[in-house]
Amino acid sequence: MHELGIVFYIIRDVKEVAEQNNVKRISKVTMDIGEVSTVIPEYLKDCWRWAADKEEVLRGCELEVNTLPAVSFCEDCRKEFPTVAHGKTCPHCSGGNTYLLRGNEVEIRDIEVYSNEQ
Amino acid sequence: MDQVGVIEIKKSVFADNEQDANALRAELKQKGVYLLNLMSSPGSGKTTTLIQTINRIKDKIRVAVMEADIDSDVDAIKIKEATGIESIQLHTGGMCHLDAEMTRQGLDNLTLENTDLAILENVGNLVCPAEFDTGSCRNAMILSVPEGHDKPLKYPLMFSICDVVVINKIDVMPYFDFDLEKCTEYIHMRNPKAKVIPICAKTGEGVDAFAQWLLDEVHEWKNQ
Ligand SMILES: Nc1nc2c(ncn2[C@@H]2O[C@H](COP(=O)(O)OP(=O)(O)OP(=O)(O)O)[C@@H](O)[C@H]2O)c(=O)[nH]1
Ligand SMILES: [Mg+2]
Ligand SMILES: [Zn+2]
Ligand SMILES: [Zn+2]
Repeated sequence: MHELGIVFYIIRDVKEVAEQNNVKRISKVTMDIGEVSTVIPEYLKDCWRWAADKEEVLRGCELEVNTLPAVSFCEDCRKEFPTVAHGKTCPHCSGGNTYLLRGNEVEIRDIEVYSNEQ
Repeated sequence: MDQVGVIEIKKSVFADNEQDANALRAELKQKGVYLLNLMSSPGSGKTTTLIQTINRIKDKIRVAVMEADIDSDVDAIKIKEATGIESIQLHTGGMCHLDAEMTRQGLDNLTLENTDLAILENVGNLVCPAEFDTGSCRNAMILSVPEGHDKPLKYPLMFSICDVVVINKIDVMPYFDFDLEKCTEYIHMRNPKAKVIPICAKTGEGVDAFAQWLLDEVHEWKNQ
């Protein structure tokens, strides 16, 4: 259900960009989504199809999701490690003093557009 | 002929909401309205706790409540009947959380000039309400005993953004293996500054402490 909300934000943002750039139709939206962002790409795409087709400028527009790996940092040994494989425990020193560096992103990377020739 | 091209955006979908939230916070400060965002899982006792709390503070400060619900208004009616204060329902239209814009629309329907404290009962959900700043001055959450003491480990973001965690339904403690000490420890791992207040909203036990925290907060904020 959360994914539908995210889709509404994406639509609002890309429509705004389309208006500013004299865009007639958006054929593809590419997202950068972190592995631990809580957004599930498959749900996002389902919600996208339903909502995007209701918008003139987005009819048939594809949503591409690019997954970004999650990386954590260990305060004790000052090394990085992949979050999904190891969770909160550092694989280098077994310490638990760790935090997420990246992998939480929900970002619109770019849009592919057809614009009217000036 | 049409031109095909790519426009780079590189923008978090949460960016606008953060701006809206900060603008709303500034506006509320100017109007002297303290906004509390109350979150929890469905059924952990938000409405019951609010009724108990409001009845303890409504003679001291002017309180209004916004009840967010996907599609009903039972909670708003319950609050109004049990406390007599202004209470409205916000329909989220299927959304599983409230953002700053929806919160602002709700506030527009309250008589803010007669309000010191506005309380938002967010949609019952421990995941996404934590990701969307509503523009509130403080975030509070309720964790009820049947949900288990390991929730802070499972929903770290929610616990890390809350200034106060109310542990509700302590009357059923004997039937569950809920460990209050461990729970407090887990909460403080996420947020060392979080205040933990055990209560029973059903009988009112412990509610005085939460009511006092709220009164102190509003008072302090107004005098800043
Ligand atoms: N035993 C016990 N039951 C409680 C307590 N507080 C609330 N309840 C019961 O828990 C149920 C849910 O309480 P509500 O206050 O409606 O919970 P809520 O969080 O507002 O629920 P939603 O708005 O549906 O998410 C009701 O049946 C309450 O009577 C408590 O301290 N002890
Ligand atoms: Mg309720
Ligand atoms: Zn949501
Ligand atoms: Zn380490």
